[in-house]
Amino acid sequence: MDTADTYNYKVVRQFAVMTIVWGIVGMLVGVYIAAELVWPQLNLDVPWLTFSRLRPLHTNAVIFAFGGSALFATSYYVVQRTCQTRLFSDGLATFTFWGWQLIIVLAAVSLPLGITSSKEYAELEWPIDLLIAVVWVAYAIVFFGTIVKRKVSHIYVANWFYGAFILTIAVLHIFNNLEYPVSLTKSYSIYPGAIDAMVQWWYGHNAVGFFLTAGFLGMMYYFIPKQAQRPVYSYRLSVVHFWALISTYIWAGPHHLHYTALPDWAQSLGMVFSLILLAPSWGGMINGMMTLSGAWHKLRDDPILKFLIVSLSFYGMSTFEGPMMSIKTVNSLSHYTDWTIGHVHSGALGWVGLVSIGSIYFLIPKLFGKERMYSVKAMEVHFWIATVGIVLYIASMWISGVMQGLMWRAVNDDGTLTYSFVETVKAMHPYYFVRFLGGTLFLSGMLIMAWNAVKTISGATPATATANQSA
Amino acid sequence: MSSFWSWWITIIAVGNILACYWLIKWASKPQPGEAATGDVTGHKWDETLEEYNNPLPRWWLWMFYATILFGLVYLYLYPGLGNWKGYLGWTSHGQYEKEMEQAKAKYDPIFAAFASKPIPDLAQDPAALKVGERLFLNYCANCHGSTATGAPGFPNLTDNDWLWGGDPQTIKTTILDGRSGAMPAWGEILGPDKVDKVAEYVLSLSGRSHDAEKAAEGKAIFQTNCVACHGPDGKGNPALGAPNLTDNVWLYGGSPGTIRQTITHGRNGHMPAHRQFLGENKVHVLAAYVYSLSHR
Repeated sequence: MDTADTYNYKVVRQFAVMTIVWGIVGMLVGVYIAAELVWPQLNLDVPWLTFSRLRPLHTNAVIFAFGGSALFATSYYVVQRTCQTRLFSDGLATFTFWGWQLIIVLAAVSLPLGITSSKEYAELEWPIDLLIAVVWVAYAIVFFGTIVKRKVSHIYVANWFYGAFILTIAVLHIFNNLEYPVSLTKSYSIYPGAIDAMVQWWYGHNAVGFFLTAGFLGMMYYFIPKQAQRPVYSYRLSVVHFWALISTYIWAGPHHLHYTALPDWAQSLGMVFSLILLAPSWGGMINGMMTLSGAWHKLRDDPILKFLIVSLSFYGMSTFEGPMMSIKTVNSLSHYTDWTIGHVHSGALGWVGLVSIGSIYFLIPKLFGKERMYSVKAMEVHFWIATVGIVLYIASMWISGVMQGLMWRAVNDDGTLTYSFVETVKAMHPYYFVRFLGGTLFLSGMLIMAWNAVKTISGATPATATANQSA
Repeated sequence: MSSFWSWWITIIAVGNILACYWLIKWASKPQPGEAATGDVTGHKWDETLEEYNNPLPRWWLWMFYATILFGLVYLYLYPGLGNWKGYLGWTSHGQYEKEMEQAKAKYDPIFAAFASKPIPDLAQDPAALKVGERLFLNYCANCHGSTATGAPGFPNLTDNDWLWGGDPQTIKTTILDGRSGAMPAWGEILGPDKVDKVAEYVLSLSGRSHDAEKAAEGKAIFQTNCVACHGPDGKGNPALGAPNLTDNVWLYGGSPGTIRQTITHGRNGHMPAHRQFLGENKVHVLAAYVYSLSHR
């Protein structure tokens, strides 16, 4: 058969499988560093096992290796299916897969060695930054090339979000990583002081906004209506929240720098746009949730839908929490505490994690010519274990974060601080244990998923699908 | 900032907010020729994917309008739009200064009262010691430890053995202005053999087991090179912060290996100054607490 008439499922398969693999790796590192916070001696006095070096490895692995692979897999699948044409270039698509894996391996080696540019979520040093830029441009060519050669007149909403994510991440990555190399493993940012901090958080917050939100909204817009077999609730809402979301998100970065050397005007703008961002963020949640109206009963026995819909509730919760935390008076309590960690994880585990897991459960049988996953029961167990894990994680971090903030600001009648720092650390200890437990549960769910995927894939032959040009 | 950048910021920020307003205003009205509410738009992707053309939820619209209104009012009241200072004239510096003034008015009299008493008296005053302990736990415990017993490189403050002197005024001066104790590196000058001999001599000073022959040779080297700071009898010099080598109290560790390392590579001890951010009166209370640790 002429391959031009079929979809390129190979690259989707590769990324889908690696999503599970990197998910387990990244979350395992997360659980390990969570354990180090409970039992500090677990760093075993080995420099590359210390929290400071493994923490960036954890964040990079879950965001870019796990999340990135999920985005590559689903965007390549969705853009082909909704444009009814094969990927623009098989060669470039293959290059993005191997290039991305190489980047991940380089990160996994260089970060524990302590090689870092020290910018959060952009710690990788300049040679890896260059490689990322090249792979990302190849990704953009494959994605937008496929859009250009589509066989349908309109571009499906999921592709708007994927497109915005790909374009914006390219700009963010390049401008935040402009740096002077001094050796192969060390560089210095070209921006001075407060400007550097502002560029970093312009990048940092939009890594959340475009990588972890817009990209995964693209995923949501395909897999929820597909799995529910219902039309998207409102086309009009999708237009409004798309443009409002991408135009306001880009301003929100300064809320990471409240009460710092950043000028007051920039802090105010960051806060105002973060608040305006609430409605556009919720637009996506409403559109996904309401797509299920008239089909709520499907939630009862469809674990994939459970993953997808519950991911939207965590999305709604964390996109409400975010604007609240950006208000300066709230931020003066929440900043630098575990509350931020809890907020991030309700988005990361609840939204990004669950929507990716649901989508991959959808994809695996389709990519390997099976009707469904090997065990539906195991998916059900995975869902509940993951949900309980998330709740333990974020509840413990809320309590510990608010307590931390209140203890830090408590003052005696004589003006001295009521608690020394080490007393606040001691008070965190039980909550760190609960967080470790929550993380362990979430990781266990991923192991169940891996077993289920292996069982589904073993003996299966890779599926092909013909690009249906008639519709 | 220049008026160009001020206008640039103002125009794109307000423009972005107004564009959001226009967008929802436009989208909340049905457009000519589009599908009726409850109907699908007529496009279909991947065999089954369709879209309804439902209106924007009303409660969501109001929430959107409310945040836009809040944003515009906030940007009128507070600095945000370029050089516009905000109707309220608020600045973060202003807020900081105001809070500091309030704190000063409230807490300064308490510390002024403590500061009027001599340190040895305060060291007997439980109320002052309680305050001193809180200050110590926040500003000193990181290096000297919660129990003030120190750590390698950071002196034990409970043993009445002092590098720079232990009378009340000296303790206060140490905290106010900090100290820098420098032991030069002798490795290159003396070579490993002589370093070894001096180390044996240093061990002999506090009656530790040592190689008598080497120590005898080491004594001569000590007399030429070390006496300027540590004194001819090795009892140190508080004016320089040079430790007493005869009392078997070791700042960086007293094993023969560590002593050789100290002589070879030197040491740099640094106690930071606290005058600027704590002020003299708080340091007075802190000094009383530190003094009390070895005068109970």
